[in-house]
Amino acid sequence: MLFVFLVSRGTVLASIDAYPFPNKELTDRYEELISELRCPQCLNTNLAGSDAMIAQDLRREVHRMLIEGKTNEEVLDFMYYRYGDFVLYNPRFDLKTLALWLSPFLLFILSGFIWLKTVRTEKETLPWEEEDEKKFNEILESRSD
Amino acid sequence: MSFQKSLFIPLAAFLAMTIFLGFGFQLENAKVLPSALIDKPLPNFQLRDLQSGQMLRSADDLIGEVALVNVWGTWCPNCVIEHPQLLKISREQNIKIFGINYRDNNVEAKKWLKKYKDPYAFSVSDDEGTLAIDLGVYGAPETFIIDKSGFIRKRHVGPVNAKVWKEELKPVVDYLRGLEE
Repeated sequence: MLFVFLVSRGTVLASIDAYPFPNKELTDRYEELISELRCPQCLNTNLAGSDAMIAQDLRREVHRMLIEGKTNEEVLDFMYYRYGDFVLYNPRFDLKTLALWLSPFLLFILSGFIWLKTVRTEKETLPWEEEDEKKFNEILESRSD
Repeated sequence: MSFQKSLFIPLAAFLAMTIFLGFGFQLENAKVLPSALIDKPLPNFQLRDLQSGQMLRSADDLIGEVALVNVWGTWCPNCVIEHPQLLKISREQNIKIFGINYRDNNVEAKKWLKKYKDPYAFSVSDDEGTLAIDLGVYGAPETFIIDKSGFIRKRHVGPVNAKVWKEELKPVVDYLRGLEE
C-alpha cells in the first residue's frame, strides 16, 4: 500500500519539471501562475497539469519571466497577447467577454423579477377570505358523514 | 403579465440559452483557437538557418512580399500529410514559403527535407519553441499568411490540403496581392 502511494506520488511529481527558484515567494507565484493558465493544446487542463510540449515550453517561459523579475500581471499579459482569452481561466473584462461577465447578474435580476411576479400572482389568484373558509368547512362536514 | 403569458417565460429563456450556447460552441470549433495575432506584425526573432546551421535569420528576412510561414517538425505526422500540398504551392503559385522547424532535431529535419523535398525558401531552427510561442502556436502544422509589410493576416491550424488552400488561404493571398497593385 505504502509502495503504491510512493510510486503514484512519484509519477505525479515527475510531470512537473523542477525549476529552481531562489526563494519561496517566487516558487509560490510560479505554482499559482501555472495553475491559473490553461494549456492551449489540451482544451481543459492547466499548464501545471499537462505534459504537452507547448505546456512544457510555456512553464519554461513563466519560470524565465519570474526570474527576470516580471510581475504576475506581465506574465499574464504575455500569455494573453499570444493565446488570447483561451489561456486565462479568469477571463478579462472586455467587449468580447461582456456577456460572459454580465449574464449571471442579469439572470439574477431576471429571476428575482420572475419570483416577485409569481408571488404577487399567487396572492391575487388565491385570496383566502371568510367565505372560502365557510365553504371549506361545509365541504369538510359533508365529507365526514 | 397574465398567468398564461408568464407560462412562456421558461420556454423563452430556454430558447435564448440554446441560441447563445449554439453560437458559443460554434465559435470554439473543437480545437481551433481564435488567433490573438491576426493583424499584428510578425514577432522579431534571431534563429539559426536550418540548412547552414550557422547563419542567423531574423523577421526582416521574411518581410517584403506576401508569403506563407509554415510551422513544421519531423515529429509531426500531419506535416508529412500536408507536405505534398506545400510542394505544389511552392511550384505552382509563385509564393515563398518560410519554414519554422519547431522543436526538432536539426539532423533529422535536414534528412526529412531531403527525403520529402524542400518547399521552403529557407527554414529556421526553433529548437526551444520560442518563436512558436510568440506566434501563439500550440501544435504543428500551422500556417500563417503575412503581407508585404510583415503583418500576420491569416492563420490556419492543421494540415494544408488542396481544399484549405483553395478555399481559405488562396483567397487571402490573392486579396493581399491585389492591394499591392
